[in-house]
Formats: sequence, C-alpha cells, structure tokens
Amino acid sequence: MKQLWFHLMPYTDLPDDFPERYPSVWVDIDKGLFDPVKAHAMYNDFLDEAEYAAELGFDGICFNEHHANGYGLMPSPNIIGAMVARRTRDAAIVIMGASLALYNPPIRVAEEFAMLDLVSGGRLIAGMPVGSPMDTAYCYSTNPSKLREMYYEAHDIIIKAWTADKPFDWNGRHYKLANVNVWQKPIQDPHPVIWIPGGSSVETWAWCAEQDYLYSYLSYFGFKAARATMKGYWNRMAELGKDLNPFRAGFLQFVGVADSREQAMELYREPAEYFYNTCLHLDARWAVAPGYQSELNARLRTTSMVERAAKEAAERQAKTKADKKSGDAAAMASSSKVTMEEIVERGYVIIGSPDEVAEQIRHLATDLNVGNLMMLLQFGNMPKDLVYHNTERYAKEVAPQLSGLFEDQWENRWWPKALGATQRQLPRVAGQ
Amino acid sequence: MSTTSDTTIVPVATPSDLLARIAPGVTERLVNYDGHTSRVWTKGSGPTVGVLAGPLGVPRWTPFLDALAATHTVVVPSVPGFPGGGTSYERLDSIADWVTCTLDLLEASGLDGADLVGHSVGGALLAEVAAFSRASVARMVLVAPYGLYDEDSPPANIWAMRSAQAYPTMTVQPSRIGEQTALPEGGDPVEWPIEMQRAVVSGARLFWPLCDVGLAKRLHRIVAPTLLVWGSEDKALAPSYANRFAQAMGATGTVKIIEGAGHLVDLDAPSQLAAAIADHLS
Repeated sequence: MKQLWFHLMPYTDLPDDFPERYPSVWVDIDKGLFDPVKAHAMYNDFLDEAEYAAELGFDGICFNEHHANGYGLMPSPNIIGAMVARRTRDAAIVIMGASLALYNPPIRVAEEFAMLDLVSGGRLIAGMPVGSPMDTAYCYSTNPSKLREMYYEAHDIIIKAWTADKPFDWNGRHYKLANVNVWQKPIQDPHPVIWIPGGSSVETWAWCAEQDYLYSYLSYFGFKAARATMKGYWNRMAELGKDLNPFRAGFLQFVGVADSREQAMELYREPAEYFYNTCLHLDARWAVAPGYQSELNARLRTTSMVERAAKEAAERQAKTKADKKSGDAAAMASSSKVTMEEIVERGYVIIGSPDEVAEQIRHLATDLNVGNLMMLLQFGNMPKDLVYHNTERYAKEVAPQLSGLFEDQWENRWWPKALGATQRQLPRVAGQ
Repeated sequence: MSTTSDTTIVPVATPSDLLARIAPGVTERLVNYDGHTSRVWTKGSGPTVGVLAGPLGVPRWTPFLDALAATHTVVVPSVPGFPGGGTSYERLDSIADWVTCTLDLLEASGLDGADLVGHSVGGALLAEVAAFSRASVARMVLVAPYGLYDEDSPPANIWAMRSAQAYPTMTVQPSRIGEQTALPEGGDPVEWPIEMQRAVVSGARLFWPLCDVGLAKRLHRIVAPTLLVWGSEDKALAPSYANRFAQAMGATGTVKIIEGAGHLVDLDAPSQLAAAIADHLS
C-alpha cells in the first residue's frame, strides 16, 4: 500500500468567532483577515512540514488547488510542488491537481507538469480534477454548464501535447490552438501517471475506467461516510469489466497519532474542531452551480461532498442563530459546533495509539479496497511541532505495520517510474 | 476524443390529460429545426403574436398568456433547454449559436417576421434576433430583457442564486414561482424537476458570469418599433435599464413602467402586461 502525506495548507489564524461573524471561508472570504506576514510564516512552515514528511519516507507528498479559500492556500499547487521537488529525493510529487478548464490554453498545464516531472526526475503524479463549483464557477468565472466539456477537451489536448511527435493544430470546440508544441517531454513515458481526484460523479468513474486512470475520493468526512461512494465506484468498475485492483483508487483520511486515544483527543481537539467548524464554514450559495452536476447525476440523486459540507455549515449556523435567539449562550458555545467527540465518532479523524491507528487504517484500506491512502497529518490550525510529532509517529510507528498491504496480490500501475539513482541529478548542497 | 456520457432528452408530445391540466385549451405541436426539437404551444384567436419566455420558460400556461390570448393568437415556442425544449441547448456555445437557434426556432414555429414578445432571457434573445436579422421581427415588446451590463447597477445573476434568494429577486410574490414550477398531477416526478432545473442551467449557459452578452454593440441595428416594459420593483435588472435600452435604440424604443411589478412582470401584473402589449400591437 502506498502511504502518502497530504497538506491542504490552511490559514491557521482565522478568528475564533469566524463562523458567526463571516458568511464563508471560500469565494468571498473577507480580505481583511489575510495577514501577509503571518502567511509568510505559514507557507514556510508548511513547506518544512512537507519536506520533513518526505524525509521520513512517505511515498508521496500531495498538494491541491483552491482559490480564495481559507483552508487551502494553494491557488497554484505547481509552485509548491516545484519548491518541494528540489528539496526531496524519493517521494512522489502529487499535484491533486490542476483544474484543467481553468487554464487557457490548457497546454500551460502540460508544460508545467512536464517541468515538474523533469526537475523531480520522473516523480510527478499529475492530478486532473474538474475542480469544485467554488473554485471553477465562482472564483474563476468558468461557465458551469460548459465546465465538463472544457475539462474533457483540455485533457485531450494535454495528452496529445505530451505524446505527439510533431507540432499540431487543435481545432476543438472550446479551444482553437495553432502550433501546439510542448517541447518539454516528461521523464515518464509516455506521460506522468494521471490521478483523477473527484467526488462521487458516476461519469467520472466511467471515464477513469475508460482511460485507465486512478480515481481518488477526496472526502473530509472519513471512511465511514465514504463506504457508499467507494462501493458505488467498485460496483461500477466491475460492471465495466475492470479488475478490483485496490491501486486503482485513492482516499484521503485525517489521522492523529498519540500515546493513547485519550491523549489524541486532547492533542488534536483544537485543530480538528478548527478545521470542521471554521475551515468548513462554507456559504451554501457557493456549493452548487447550475450545470456543474450533470442531469445523470441529478437523476441518481448523488450528493456531492461540497454540498454536504455546505449543508452541515448551514445547519451549524442555523443552530447558532436559533441559540442566539433563545439567549442560551451555553447551548451556543457547546452545541452549535461539531465537537471532537462527534468528529471521532463519525470517523472524520482517525485517532489513537500507533497500534490503534494502524488497525483502523488497515480496516479502512481493506474495507474501501483502497491502495493509495493520503494521510492528512496536519489539519486545521495544528502547530508545527504537533505536525512534526504526528508525522513522525505515523511514519515510524504506524506506516511499517501497513507496508506491503495489497502488494503481493496486485500490481500498482498508477505509480510514477522515476529515474534510477545513477541517472538522477541531485541539488547542490549549500556551502559545497 | 473524450466525451461525456449524459443522456440526451428530446421533447415528446405531452399526454393529453396532462396538457389539459397544465395548459387548458392549448394546442401543442413539436417542431424540428437544425437537429433541435421544440414544443410550440398555441392558444387564442386574432392577430398572431409570438412569445419568447423568461427564465422559467413556460412550464404551464399562465394567466398572462390567457389575457393575451383573449385578443391574439398566442404562439409560445420553447427555446432549447427551457421546458419543452429538451437538452439540445448543450450544443449552443457562442451568442451567435443562440441567435441562429432562435432564428431557426421562430421560422419553424411560423413566427418569421411576426410581432414578438420577449421576456427577460427571451427578451435578450429577441433583441439579438432583431439586431442580427431586421426582417425577422415586425414589432416587438421587450419585457425586462437581459443582455446589457451597467457597472453602477449590475444585473443580478439569478442563475447563481439558490431559490430562496432567486425567487424574491424575480417577483414581488415568490410563491408565484412555486405555483408555476410545481409538479402537476400526472407529471413525471423525476423528469419534471430536472426540466425545471434545466431552465436554470440553460440561462446560466447563456449569461454566466456577468449576464453581459455584448448586446450593447448591436442595439443600434434594431428597427422594429419596440415597447420596453419594466416592473418598477424589478430587483434582477433595475428599471434604469429601460432607459439604457431606449437610448441605444433611438426613436424605435418607448418605455412603459408597470408599478408594483417585479422582474417577472407576467406573474406579478398579468393583465396590465397583456394590455400594454395589445396596445403596442394595435
């Protein structure tokens, strides 16, 4: 099993009363809340944390793309990936990824991904999400009714740009491009492995199967909530005649390791509650965009993860308002927000001693049949020393218990084949 | 080439008992043009007037259309994406595509060169048609048409709003929208709400993100005598847009404000709107 380390790069200093005072963490988040000097420290801390995780042996380091977002400070994950590529040696650089329709022309994505693959010596995992309604329709004004058409066309352009042996013209529906010539040929042949981060869109599943891409379910709500989605995914794969190779799938999981469950509750309470109450405080009006969800999905009544987040935020806000009305300050403080107890009970965050965590992760991986697990060991406003602690304990005490899982039965065809040691050019060490 | 795997919906005839409930006395036909199929509803007698509907389309016949049918033969073609128009709006990308499609639809519905009414979304399309193809429109009434962008008073992107916000933006009596779009007895409980939502998606496809389709560059071409009707309480497009249209159109445009009505003038002031149209076309 591949065990990867994921950083959302949340702004760690949103005010305590953010959910009550501000409408949304995303799209129209208040500009006055951003402190550049604090953000300077955050970015550098986050990069330290990512590099430390790579040093400890995580298989891959993952970043993603969000815009105008208080829990995701990476409008350009490629910039972050580029920095980490130079300061790491073996870990895959997982960009989860570039929302293809936001780049015009999309050959920009082909060029930047190729550069990342070249600099890293073939360690890039090229994530290609459609992107959330918030990022695409509202932050980047992309027409939601055209988004998927543009996404599929952009994908086709990128693949052709990586694989064509001579310059070509692209006379497409949404893109008209002359002299397409992405001269930087990636190290991975014919191109970097492609992972598709998605919600629970049935079209995305079918498309992943058709293209033989890895499907990665990035949910903030843990393995219990993911059962139905992953079951749907595997059923679809079986229907489409695909094998049930667990390496075909990726999954995101929040984890907190400590000496004991009790200590973990104490250590990770604040960052977890900060994430689920403040970082996910999303205004419901940004959670859907007309045409973003296909009619097919509407028919199947699929509820996307973002709708769920918004719904829960709305419920929390409604509860807060109701409590305010009744003047019950105690109720407002205690029950308007999701507590660590609820977060753990619902399986959003897996906590415990290393053995307890390993057992839960093993159960999750086998239950969901997922061979690529992305661990969120930094979440919310977790301080750097605790991120190091969590990351180190996971790497040293949890990861070894899970290593090798699935690997005797299945081949991982969705992992980059990097250059061998003899061909690798390593960065100059300062002072030498 | 990658493709999406969504389902294409082509309009079919409404079962007669359902038609009698949602559009009593209306004659329905289906017209085909350039690969599209659209439902066309007709009622009334007298001179013909075509109506291109607003953001809801015409999911069921309205008191406004009945009032107009008292003096006219009212012909209501469904633009692709709006109720009775199927999913072929997905082929429409540019404003040129939309205008071509609307021209084809008007011709297929027997409305080429007719007197025409366009409301909101339909108003923008009708203004475009009149600018692109002068001979296609005799006289017209534009009821709170979208299509322009005033920086001081930007149009409301009603397609980006959830119904709790969109309904009060569109009408002074939000329950009227629910009455229009509610599932009728005998309607398909899955497909009906999807068809209502499809109208929102189609509007978004045309107007996202700022509702500016570039009509300002073309309004000067309009020669059809035009009445611009606006509700004084329009929260989607401020009544000041009426004057912007009129100024750009010169002598061809006159303005009538209906007091107390919102953006969906047809729902808020049905008889006054019908009277204003009949007066302009008399």
